[in-house]
Amino acid sequence: MAETAAKPKPKAKPMPHEGVFEPWNDPNAKPLIEFRNVTKRYGDFTAIDDLTLNIYEKEFFALLGPSGCGKTTMMRMLAGFESITQGRILLAGRDIGDVPPNKRSVNMMFQSYALFPHLSVWENIAFGLRRETKDAARITERVEEMLRLTRLEKFARRKPHQISGGQRQRVALARSLAKAPKLLLLDEPLGALDKKLREETQFELMDIQEKTGTTFVIVTHDQEEAMTVASRVAVMDEGRLVQVATPPVIYEAPNSIYVADFIGDVSLIQGKASARPETPVPAPPVSPTEDPAAKAAPAAMPEVPVASAAPLPDGRAPAPNVMGEWLHDKVLFPILGRRPPTPKALSAPDKAPAVPEPAPAPPESGTPESPPELPGGGLAIHWADGLDPLVAVNGDPALAGRTVTLAIRPEKVTISRDKPATDNAIEGTVIDIAYLGNISTYHVEIAGGVMVKAQMTNTRRIAKRDITWDDAVWIGFSATAGVVLDA
Amino acid sequence: MNRFSWFNVTSLTLGFAFLYLPMLILVIYSFNESKLVTVWAGFSTRWYGELFRNEEFLDAAWITLQVAFYSSTIATVLGTMAAYALVRGGRFRGRTLFSGMVYAPLVMPEVITGLSLLLLFIGLGMATGMLTVTLAHTTFSMAYVSVVVSSRLSTFDRSLEEAALDLGASPFEAFRLVTLPIIAPAVISGWLLAFTLSLDDLVIASFTTGPGATTLPIKVFSAVRLGVSPEINALSTILIAIVTVGVVTASLATKRQAIRQAREEKMGERGVA
Repeated sequence: MAETAAKPKPKAKPMPHEGVFEPWNDPNAKPLIEFRNVTKRYGDFTAIDDLTLNIYEKEFFALLGPSGCGKTTMMRMLAGFESITQGRILLAGRDIGDVPPNKRSVNMMFQSYALFPHLSVWENIAFGLRRETKDAARITERVEEMLRLTRLEKFARRKPHQISGGQRQRVALARSLAKAPKLLLLDEPLGALDKKLREETQFELMDIQEKTGTTFVIVTHDQEEAMTVASRVAVMDEGRLVQVATPPVIYEAPNSIYVADFIGDVSLIQGKASARPETPVPAPPVSPTEDPAAKAAPAAMPEVPVASAAPLPDGRAPAPNVMGEWLHDKVLFPILGRRPPTPKALSAPDKAPAVPEPAPAPPESGTPESPPELPGGGLAIHWADGLDPLVAVNGDPALAGRTVTLAIRPEKVTISRDKPATDNAIEGTVIDIAYLGNISTYHVEIAGGVMVKAQMTNTRRIAKRDITWDDAVWIGFSATAGVVLDA
Repeated sequence: MNRFSWFNVTSLTLGFAFLYLPMLILVIYSFNESKLVTVWAGFSTRWYGELFRNEEFLDAAWITLQVAFYSSTIATVLGTMAAYALVRGGRFRGRTLFSGMVYAPLVMPEVITGLSLLLLFIGLGMATGMLTVTLAHTTFSMAYVSVVVSSRLSTFDRSLEEAALDLGASPFEAFRLVTLPIIAPAVISGWLLAFTLSLDDLVIASFTTGPGATTLPIKVFSAVRLGVSPEINALSTILIAIVTVGVVTASLATKRQAIRQAREEKMGERGVA
């Protein structure tokens, strides 16, 4: 064994942000894995199409996509079970194209676990070690260590058919980690487990990844799983990478309808975009840096919303940080993907969106808090004739004049009987209610037969909820809640 | 539905009678005192004694066992390799032709196989004898082995081999340490099948045998042409006994193992809870 997992690897480059694990933003960081224009064809079928990707040491990287998108092919190319048609794959700077699977310092945890049925748990874990050393003491020591790590000490003498699915999964993990590989590949590792066990195991996986410091690449079609465990997620479609970003960016700023639709629940409203007048704020929305002058601009704000037909607030003074937040949301967040900063390296990204919004008033309260003044810029989306356009201040003005889609997450949409004082408010009818226990999702049909989902936390008991099927309701969301996507 | 309806009972009786009555008669007559096979003259084990004093029969039996052992062993190795190539090789060039050729001996009339092998041995200038019979038996029983083994291999989870490779095993180690132990039951039953086929083969053996390598079936067949002797009845009874013991033992062992496995699995589940 070249190194034990516990030994910390020399980590040369300082991170751009101290304490935040973001090697992909560090131009000096050296990637562990480099896909360079990799193409894989089976006859006429192109499984991987000219793909370039860097994965860094200690990352927990998720390849996410529907079946047949090429994610498994990528993983098998890393393991050495598939040849590369074109391009190169580098592992720690070395081309591994011609290295057979048994000579790569890459181990894989198979979807079916592929435990050797004729060997005991102990022998399964020792299998890889026996291939590289004859030193029985070292093998014993390492196997015991792995058994401890995966809490399998009691089952060491059992055969794989004598243990439960969750235990088998841990044996497979222990076996693939035993040789302390540079890179561990996990092929749908939790697919065979039931929901509860799967959630527990996700945290266990993250824990083990952190303890061993191994780079993990996980293939999954379960977006929740990818979001939970991964430091970065690559969303794939038909052999191409659609978006590679941290889970919060993928969720909050999907770069296409495909990603928005694939990750989580989303409502799509189509319309024709027109540019909204800019405020005198000297910060063009495409500017990559925050202009300090923007801070001085709020005085000019009130004249902005004139063009906007969104329900207007009552001219209250803007909240202190609106401009900064807006700029952050609009400029830095979709483009650079730096926000919200991940608090701790490799920890579970919080599923709840970290974007602070003008807090939507609970629908039951009846007296919604007035939102702050609408900033200028962005897009107005004319989605239905005769109705007010929707305002999206984070829309890219370059899309003006095009048909665009506003993608909006259900949890960012409020539902109420009365017209809310949110930036956008649309009238509709409740078609369906999905009661999920902690939350309810309302399917609201708005003009043109478009369905919009709105979520409400069930803080009250069912009997007290006042919105039901076929009710005429209002849905509302802020001007920054949605994402404007091309087409 | 009554499982023991008259129809079921009748068909079962007829079927078993058809299969086992001739053998039963043979066994009964092997204990006949009389030298005439068809006339019952009282119980005796005399012909068994005669049989064990008959050098010719004993020699033939020994030769047959040797031929069966060597040919089935070679056939198992070659047949397993062929099956592995067919199942694992994927779509290589000429795969269909190769698999067709591997399975052809299954449907080829034995006379043709025997004759063509004889012509080959003559062409090569090989003296017919035990070696040629062994080679001939290997040729046709290999096909049976590869059928048995490839049906097992086709349900074999390929990722087990990949896991072995992934953990640093060479392809040969992966086969020896993972694949072979798992498909071992199929390989063993292929060997048994080849052994049995070689034991009772008459046609191919009679084509390819030579002086000094008379197998038991040939011996029996030529002896019967001179008239059925009670010795042959005795010999057949011994063969039936051996086969019965073998089959019963094998099936009992399999069943015991299945029961033990089920019990272990149950214990495993309890251990979880």
